[in-house]
Amino acid sequence: MSRSSEMRTPLKRVYGLGSAREGAHEWWSMRLTSVALIPLTLWFVIGVISHAGADYESFTTWVASPVVSILLIITVAVTFHHTATGVKVVIEDYVHVEWVKIISLVALRFGCLILAVAGIFSILRIAFGG
Amino acid sequence: MSIVNRPLSPHLQVYKPQITSILSIAHRATGLALSVGTLLLVWWLVAAASGESAYLTVAGFVGSWFGLLLLFGWSVSLFYHLANGIRHLFWDMGYGYELPAVYRSGYLVLAATAVLTVVAWIAGLSAWGMS
Repeated sequence: MSRSSEMRTPLKRVYGLGSAREGAHEWWSMRLTSVALIPLTLWFVIGVISHAGADYESFTTWVASPVVSILLIITVAVTFHHTATGVKVVIEDYVHVEWVKIISLVALRFGCLILAVAGIFSILRIAFGG
Repeated sequence: MSIVNRPLSPHLQVYKPQITSILSIAHRATGLALSVGTLLLVWWLVAAASGESAYLTVAGFVGSWFGLLLLFGWSVSLFYHLANGIRHLFWDMGYGYELPAVYRSGYLVLAATAVLTVVAWIAGLSAWGMS
């Protein structure tokens, strides 16, 4: 695109392409999920440690108790939201070949969704004794 | 539009590694490692939902030397990402930008990572030994 033959001003060219008024959305959701993950992660780590080497029975009994099920589901959901947003930024920063970037972003989004659903479904199945 | 191969700044090849830059890229590296680690988390949950034999397969893998090595790497990554993430939240609120403060919080993050990792493994291995 040669600028000398362009009669429109730079300002005219960006009209309509500008702010969608959601530029800060990802930044804010990253902070929200970070703050939520501080207590959730610590709770999760303590829970896992106290079940190190646990047999099947005592582990599933722990997962199936309502408070644990609820917190586990929240942990899985927030973790994959945080992961999807975090890795997206890394891909956008380092992958500069357009089609590789698009495929990576789609794979990331689908992957996180599938893993989150698989994790949450498993927790529910243990909880309801499927 | 012609592509001009201008040098990138900073020149990573000649740039002296500093705690600020190392900790910054480590936050991303540990984040990516933890993203891969979510595969084990989901495998473990799906196995537990599938039944005892699947659960024991995962438990056997986690208890193997390779599984423990992965778990150790992920625990270090998790505690680092957690501590440095809190450091980032303080920056977001506008605190700790003076250079001495940046260095101090950096060393604090490294110390917290080491302490949390050691405490977690002592607790985990003793729980494992008692079961």
